[in-house]
Amino acid sequence: MNTNRTLKKLSISMGLILASVAYAFYQNSIPASSIIAEKNNGVENLPQAVIVQTPPPRPKQTTSTSTKTAPRKPTPMPVPTPTPVQTPMPVPTPKPVLKYADGVYTGNPADAYYGIIQVKATINNGALADVQFLRHPNDRGTSIRINNYAMPILRQEAIRAQNANVDIISGATDSSQAFVESLTSALNRAKNYL
Amino acid sequence: MGMHIAVEIADKHANPEIFEEIFSFFRAVDRQFSTYKNDSEITRINRNEIAANSYSQEMEEIFSLSEKTKRDTDGYFNIQKPDGTLDPSGIVKGWAIEKAAQLSLKMGYQNLYIDAGGDIQSYGLNGQGKEWSIGIRNPFNQKEIIKVVEVKGKGIATSGSYVRGDHIYNPRAPHERLLDVVSLTVIGPNILEADRFATAAFAMGRKGINFIEKLPGFEGYAVDSAGIATFTSNFEQYVKTK
Repeated sequence: MNTNRTLKKLSISMGLILASVAYAFYQNSIPASSIIAEKNNGVENLPQAVIVQTPPPRPKQTTSTSTKTAPRKPTPMPVPTPTPVQTPMPVPTPKPVLKYADGVYTGNPADAYYGIIQVKATINNGALADVQFLRHPNDRGTSIRINNYAMPILRQEAIRAQNANVDIISGATDSSQAFVESLTSALNRAKNYL
Repeated sequence: MGMHIAVEIADKHANPEIFEEIFSFFRAVDRQFSTYKNDSEITRINRNEIAANSYSQEMEEIFSLSEKTKRDTDGYFNIQKPDGTLDPSGIVKGWAIEKAAQLSLKMGYQNLYIDAGGDIQSYGLNGQGKEWSIGIRNPFNQKEIIKVVEVKGKGIATSGSYVRGDHIYNPRAPHERLLDVVSLTVIGPNILEADRFATAAFAMGRKGINFIEKLPGFEGYAVDSAGIATFTSNFEQYVKTK
């Protein structure tokens, strides 16, 4: 059994070595014209053989020994990717301060007016990581068809309570606080475990 | 519909009649469109008691707006429930606020807001001669606001998973949807537009904010269950800094 496996391993690695040698040969023998053809086909990943690139600045070595081990065979050169455009990074804001004991807590069932809502809160690293609905009114539907929207530039921040007087408030209304009620009771349980 | 409605008119010579007019309009809308009223037009339609050619003009308007929104949102907005009955409450509110706001403008008022269940249309300036400031409610704490915006005549609507929430998620995957985004605020050209797209984008889960990003003239602020907000690239133009 054991020898069988070793043999199998050996033959697989032999096969891999042969394949890479063959690939190296193949790479060197690709005529220039075929490369251009590929280029014209709009293939973005050009064969490595034609990528003329100045070697990336090697990180300064404090010891000289490591340079010797540079592999000889054609290792895949990094395709020159444009440096990612610096998107405006969100200002690092402190994470919401939620201090709870890790664990899973079930909230009280709360009347949502249209049905009962009950949630299960998962606390990870002292913060709310997950909320699952154990009960929810589910008589309504939305037909779902997933579209692949390209990822636009969106920004993120941790929410923080604001101290400001406002004329009007947009958001959750008083008609159904069931979610909050159930979640609050779950979180209170998480607090009590501290 | 069991929601609060607030109207404030900051014009110097506001006639109390306008308030009565607006509130009675909302009551009429409720009588007509509430799926919780046994004798509302929508309930009777759902009981097949009204022939398709004798719907009221308002009902026709709502149905055609719903159909349009369904197309605009790739089917995410759909007033038809799995059992075949219709529930247009996801669009009626914005439509009603818009109508009431137009009514007020027509009566010569220029500085006002109408707030129905946290969806708001405002015009002009407040009583102090400043922009109306609008707080976005913390979905985790009703008593807190997490953002202050000045929308300068645009509409602002917030959809949340627990705010009349049962009409906006997909029952086939309720957990996924509700887990992700707990609150989505949309600012749009007017309250009708903001409301219909807020409802639909909320049903899209995490993709919703991307959808809003791609809509010209709309900005959005989504809060997920971990308390992280994701907002569109030009949302900050509305944020009141101080």
